[in-house]
Amino acid sequence: MWDYTDKVKDYFLHPRNVGEIKDADAVGEVGAIACGDALRLYLKLDKKNGNRIADAKFKTFGCGSAIASASALTEMVIGKTLEEAEKITNQDIADFLGGLPPEKMHCSVMGKEALESAIANYRGYKAAPAEEGVIVCKCFGVTDVKIERVVKENRLTTVEQVTNYCKAGGGCKSCHPDIQGIIDKVWEKEVKPVAIPAKPKKMSNLRKMQLIQETIERDIRPVLMMDGGDMDLIDVDGNTVYVSFRGSCAECAGSRVTLKSTVEAKLREFVTEELVVEEVNQ
Amino acid sequence: MKRLVYVDNNATTRVAPEVLEAMLPYFTELYGNPSSMHTFGGQLYKKINQAREQVANLIGASPQEIIFTSGGTESDNAAIRGTLEANPDKKHIITTRVEHPAVLNLCQYLAQNGYEVTELGVDSQGLLDLDELHGAIRDDTVLITIMYANNETGVLFPVEEIGQIAREKGITFHCDAVQAVGKLPLDVGKSTMDMISLSGHKLHAPKGVGALYIRKGVRFKPFMLGGHHENNRRAGTENVPSIIGLGMACELARKHLPEEQTKVRKLRDKLENLILYQMLNSRLNGHKILRLPNTTNISFEYVEGEAILLLLNEVGICASSGSACTSGSLEPSHVLRAMGVPFTAAHGSIRFSLSRYNTEEEVDYIVEHIPPIIRRLKEISPYSAEIEELELKAAARK
Repeated sequence: MWDYTDKVKDYFLHPRNVGEIKDADAVGEVGAIACGDALRLYLKLDKKNGNRIADAKFKTFGCGSAIASASALTEMVIGKTLEEAEKITNQDIADFLGGLPPEKMHCSVMGKEALESAIANYRGYKAAPAEEGVIVCKCFGVTDVKIERVVKENRLTTVEQVTNYCKAGGGCKSCHPDIQGIIDKVWEKEVKPVAIPAKPKKMSNLRKMQLIQETIERDIRPVLMMDGGDMDLIDVDGNTVYVSFRGSCAECAGSRVTLKSTVEAKLREFVTEELVVEEVNQ
Repeated sequence: MKRLVYVDNNATTRVAPEVLEAMLPYFTELYGNPSSMHTFGGQLYKKINQAREQVANLIGASPQEIIFTSGGTESDNAAIRGTLEANPDKKHIITTRVEHPAVLNLCQYLAQNGYEVTELGVDSQGLLDLDELHGAIRDDTVLITIMYANNETGVLFPVEEIGQIAREKGITFHCDAVQAVGKLPLDVGKSTMDMISLSGHKLHAPKGVGALYIRKGVRFKPFMLGGHHENNRRAGTENVPSIIGLGMACELARKHLPEEQTKVRKLRDKLENLILYQMLNSRLNGHKILRLPNTTNISFEYVEGEAILLLLNEVGICASSGSACTSGSLEPSHVLRAMGVPFTAAHGSIRFSLSRYNTEEEVDYIVEHIPPIIRRLKEISPYSAEIEELELKAAARK
């Protein structure tokens, strides 16, 4: 059962502006029955009043949230100029409805695309921008241009999110590496924030001891024990940690490497960068 | 209170009042552990074996051939993994494209982990081609796992013939009979099935309990390891109340079995015939005859299934759909796709699955509510012209 908001339910059960406009100035059409949803949007402009959208109607084949999204869109655009309407994003449609389940975000994207398609139709373009590009998802016929756009506009970072927003990758899954490639490409271009290393916080000795013990129990001993070895914590003096190897580690010629690569590295990662680990024989 | 008409019995069923009543003492005064040495716990061991007999009686098995599990999925996993582990030299499995996910996803997992899996296809009515099965068998085929009745369409597979083929080749045959047990008479004593999965909550027992039938002499290694429960074949302290409930449910199912073929079938046929007759854009999915008596899967072309379900829900009718939107996946049901049901119809499929608790009055209620719902969605749909064309053609055929 989908967790639809009351507003989604309301717009599904009592959809506003269902129908056709016979003498529409713009008609937008997106989706296909094979994909499970389709939307036709009609706009009537008021030419005397700065080409504001005087009326909008829709027809939808689709699930509850597809019908609700389309109906919400018609209410949102009425009274706006085309330039104003153009600024509506799919997130605006979802927000208008009090949110949509993540798997249903593509319904809001479909609304946004129908609007673009209608505006393009009015301006005499052949196709909406999203229809250009190379098909990446063959199951749902989604292009790289469209994927790149939903990734950017909704700040998507995973293939699953892309599928939720535009269906790409929801069928045979063979395009998943390509979608991941597009996501990587989009975010690579963005300037990565420079990581400022956090200043080591002043740590009490008690807290330091606790963290050292926890890290040894959680991250170090289980690793050593897998190879039949073990380790004891002997003492902590300032930032020097004294340990003693047991079991197979005690005889192991490589224990010096283990000491630095595993024990010290883990302790520096989880406690503080300043720690030095020394081995004692006890 | 809003009216409730529950016709989603292939998803789950109500617990029969007699089942609940039988279970209650095992939550309160009889809470012991059947493995205990004291009488207080140990006496329950007998009760569990009585339940085992009740289950065995329903399917014609001997009680020693029944192990209790946590449900259909565990039974399927135990049967499949247990067979593979007992026959480690053979690496080929045969199944079908329309299995329940409990079998299908497990087989797909095994296919990525050292096994080869052949998935047999079905025709447009959901039927198997036994020649294809013959052709798929190899020297290293270890297991054939094929369902008895499909959960979405109710279509039945020729399990005896499949078992015969398996037996001739010395291959173990596991049958996921979760939807069939309690709806169809079964007699494993005379059958060629080596293993059968069954689930409690599909036959008026509670959720979380099931059973696996393993024919005596069939090689099997336990899937759940631990204590000595279930004769060393399924570890874990017995779910006593639910096992008692499953036993009672099986006894009741045996008693009511004739009703499934008469009362339930009659109601299902009435529902199906009236919908197909009234709604000119509707079509039946699955073979009309070779089918469970309680299930009907109907597509309303050019109308979307989730929207239908939500509107049915508004009038208290609980059904399910093979539409993409209801599953969270974006593609319609794998069963309907395997059957080659066109997209125009697959997205608008609705499954009604009845039980002995449904009434004729409820069927009338559904039949009354379907036309306005479909009409309403048709009016919203951009494909209303296509629907009308379809309806004209259908009317001309009548």
